[in-house]
This record gives sequence, structure tokens and C-alpha cells, in this order.
Amino acid sequence: MVDALAVYTRLIGAQVRSQLQYRVSFALDLTGTFLLSFIDFLAVLVIFHNIPRLGGWSVHEVAFLYATSSISFALCDLAIGHLDLFPQRIRDGTFDVLLLRPRGTLYQVLASELTLRRVGRVVQGLIVLGYALSGLSIEWSAGRAAVLVLMIPTGCVIYGSVWVAGACLAFWTTEGGEFTNAFTYGGNFLTQYPINIYSAWARRFLAYVIPMAFVCYFPALYILDKPDPLGLPSIVRFVSPLVAGIAALVAGAVWRLAVRHYRSTGS
Amino acid sequence: MIEVEGVEKRFVVWRKAGRLRRRRIEVRAVDDLTFSIERGSVVGYIGPNGAGKSTTVKMLTGILVPSAGRISVGGLEPSKQRIQLARRIGAMFGQRVQLWWDLPLIESFELLRHIYKVPAERFRENLATYREVLDLDPFLHTPVRQLSLGQRVRGELSAVMLHDPEILFLDEPTIGLDVVAKERVREFLTRVNRERGVTVLLTTHDLADIERLCSRILMIDHGRLIYDGTVDDLLARYGTERTLVVDLEEPAPPLDVPGARVVQVDGPRQWLRFRREDVSAASLTAAVAERARLVDLAIEEPDIEDVVRRIYLGSA
Repeated sequence: MVDALAVYTRLIGAQVRSQLQYRVSFALDLTGTFLLSFIDFLAVLVIFHNIPRLGGWSVHEVAFLYATSSISFALCDLAIGHLDLFPQRIRDGTFDVLLLRPRGTLYQVLASELTLRRVGRVVQGLIVLGYALSGLSIEWSAGRAAVLVLMIPTGCVIYGSVWVAGACLAFWTTEGGEFTNAFTYGGNFLTQYPINIYSAWARRFLAYVIPMAFVCYFPALYILDKPDPLGLPSIVRFVSPLVAGIAALVAGAVWRLAVRHYRSTGS
Repeated sequence: MIEVEGVEKRFVVWRKAGRLRRRRIEVRAVDDLTFSIERGSVVGYIGPNGAGKSTTVKMLTGILVPSAGRISVGGLEPSKQRIQLARRIGAMFGQRVQLWWDLPLIESFELLRHIYKVPAERFRENLATYREVLDLDPFLHTPVRQLSLGQRVRGELSAVMLHDPEILFLDEPTIGLDVVAKERVREFLTRVNRERGVTVLLTTHDLADIERLCSRILMIDHGRLIYDGTVDDLLARYGTERTLVVDLEEPAPPLDVPGARVVQVDGPRQWLRFRREDVSAASLTAAVAERARLVDLAIEEPDIEDVVRRIYLGSA
């Protein structure tokens, strides 16, 4: 375990060094991502310029959802967003190289890159979080603080699980990048708003199929002390880490199944 | 060291049959393959394209799981013990690069050292040896994407040897290299085999590789083993005939030249088969020139495809 982490750090370190070789290009990328993500948040402000509340949520409350979702997603994207390019590895056969090394394949894939410019998006999320907190009067308690701190890694793991499970499609189709994006980037977009504004089937999909509602909606209800418009029991607000753990296990199982399929068909 | 017993690999492909319908077709890439390879030998695994060579190597290295049969490599079952096996083998598959494209060569080596958990002392010794034998110093700090093919192959070879593998699997290690680079690669392989007792299984289309390196040949076609024996025996029986192709000024009846026989005539062009031992290319050319006016000539060396064809003819 310790060795695995040390090697991960080395592999990522090498990647980061090679990205930083092109300083100007990296700086432009970083600034670009940062500015673009603000335009994204402008959309939220435009909505609230026209209506005072959205599904019973104020602008600062939605900003809170937006920020926590955004930070989790950006951190996940930073670490494993390169899975978008994974189908290429299957197509050109470089996945075989990973099978020749004495390490797990998922570990090697995840340790193969870090999309450093996504840091811009993390910074944007933190700024929006500051804006949200400045306009909210939250009664802080140890419990609320703990849930807030846990929300970020929990969200990261949930997004990551969807990403990994989606990437597995490539083992069957050698394509599938766009299809997966619908769930990862699409899921991120949906979780930035309170899910009670969506239709029933979309809510169920987000709560039970790809468990995006657990990324920030349910924990946010607790932190903001809001009644659940959907009337679910209050325990739901605390089970996000458990859901993240289950999602990770499912994603790992899907990956193993996919690799087994690949090794028997070689396609 | 390597035991293969009744191994089969079947793939399912879907062929178009009508506008939307597809037909399921089963292809046997490897069919009832049985052989064994002793520790410390260098074996050439040859056959025409699509014969099942890569599929076999992928099964031996644990990438693919056989459909039937039993494989043991160094006492391990590759499909079930992939990770243990990976520590003990090295594999170089043509285009699939082991090295990190954007990093200097030396950094790739460092990363591999950690991935394979090579002790620092051992790593230092190995690197020193390979730097000398493969002359890596001029490009050790160059990013891999800037290396020439020859330099990259030398880098790759060092990379797969850093963790002291007992067995090396090489797919066309000399393809596309110039004569000097080819020689360097062969020299390296001879040395690791002789000095460290590394078992080598290599696929190649280059008869010179086989003559220089291999003590034994396994030849497959259509997934079946069609020849298993020494290189000398193979070349003596099938491989030593070269072909002199001559373009004469005008069409002529088949030439009668001692030491060669005409196998084909096409207008002014004639193909003459001859054996290296019987007559040299120079004296044969001179003999042809005495009999007819020569415009152009070329010498075709026997290649693997040719040898395979002749094995079929011989056994038919």
C-alpha cells in the first residue's frame, strides 16, 4: 500500500514535470479553464437575476451546491479525467503493455496522468464556495463541519466510480468516450442544481442509478438545514460516504470483468 | 522453462451477412499447439503474417487467456499468475512502447525500477552494463519522442532487461533498423543469453536474425506448428536457395547455366535458382552475361514466407 502510493507519486510527478516543460502553454491552459468556469457560474446568476428562488432554493444555497459539486468534480477530473482518452489505449494496443507489468491495470491507468490545468476549476469552486458561505447563515456544529469536509472526497469517489465504469465500455466497443461523458460531465451539470427541480425519473436516476444526488444534494440538505422536498428519511443525508464506497466497489468489479473480457477476446 | 500443451485460441468475429444481419464466425488463431523450450535457449518463432505468432506470445506473457490447453512459463500459469510472471519476464512488442514518450530515457528507467521494485544496487549495475553494450550515453537524457527508431529500440531493450528477467519475448526486435543497429541488437541478445542464461523467444522475418541468434526454430502457420528443429537443418533443407532475376535485352529460351536452374521465364525476364554452396552470385552473373546481353539484375534472398511455402511443397 505504502509502496503503491510512493510509486503513484513518482509516476504522477514525472507526468507533471513533463507538462510543466511547456510553461507558457500550461499557464494559458490554466487561465483558460479558470475563466471558462466562471462563465459557467454566470449562468446560475442569470437565472437568479430573473427569479428569486429556484425550487425553494436561494441563490446562495444553489451556489453552495454548485461549489461543492464543482470542487469534487474538478478534483476528480484532475486525477482521472484522462480516462476520456482510455479507448485510444485499447485501439492502439498499448493496454497490453500494462498487462506485462507487475501491477494492477486500473492502478497503472489511473497513475498514468494528471490533468494539471483542471486546478483552475478547483480554484473557481473555492471562490464560489466563499461567495455561498458569505451569504448563508449556517449554524456551524462539529457535525456540519465534518459533513462539509467529507463531501469533497465523497463526491470525488462517486464521480470517479462513474468515470471508471464508463471507461470499461471501451473494452467492448473500443469507443464510448462520448457516451461516458454524458454521465460524468452531464452528471456534474445536473448536481449543480437542486434535484427537486427535475422530473421524477431524472431524480430517481440521479439518486439510485448513478448516485450523483449523494455527491452534494443530500449532504447539503443537512448543512443548510433544509427539509427534503422529496420527503426521504433524514438518514439519507449521512450515507454519502457509504454510497461512495459501494460505488467504488462496483466500479472495481466492472473493471475486473472488463479486463477479463479483454483477455479472453483480445479485441 | 516454457511448456505449451494442446493450446488453442479461438476468436469470435462477426461478419456482415446482409444489410443488418451478422454472421458469427469462429477463428482459430492457435490450434492444438504443443512445444517446450529449455532454459537458456534462444528460439526463433517464425511464420507468415497472421499465422498466430503474436497470439501465442500474448498467451505466454499472460495478456491473453487460452481457450484450451495448458501453458507453464517458469513454473507459473500466465493467465492466472500474471503479476508474479511479470516480474520474471521481459517483453518487447514492436509498436507498443514501454517507455514514457515525453520523458527523458533515464527517467523511464527510474520509473520502471520502482514499478518492478528493482533493488537500487542491481539497477545501477544493470544500467551501467546496458549503457556500455548498447551505447546509450549519447541519448540517455533525451525525451523518448525525439529518439530515432534505432535509439528507441536500444532504449526499449534496456528497459525490458532492467529487472533481470529470466525470459525475454521479443517481437521483431530488428525490424526497420539499419545494418549497424541490427548488429548491435543481436550482439546484445547474444551477450545476455550467454552471460546471464536468459531464455529468448523471438519472432522475426529476418533470416539473418535467425542464423545469428537462434539455436532452434519453431515455425507455425494457420495456428499449427509445422516445423520444430535446428536452424542448420532448416536452412540446409529449405533456406539456402537464392534467386537471380535477370532482364535480358530480348526474350530468350531458358538459359543453361551450370549451378543454377531457370524456374520462371516472363518475356525477357528470367528467374534462376542457385545454392550458395554451388556457385557465387558473381560467377553466376558472369556466366549469364556470356550467354546473353544483360540489361539489369537483382538477387532475391529467401525469406520466411518462401521457406514456409517450400516446407509445404516438401511435405506435400
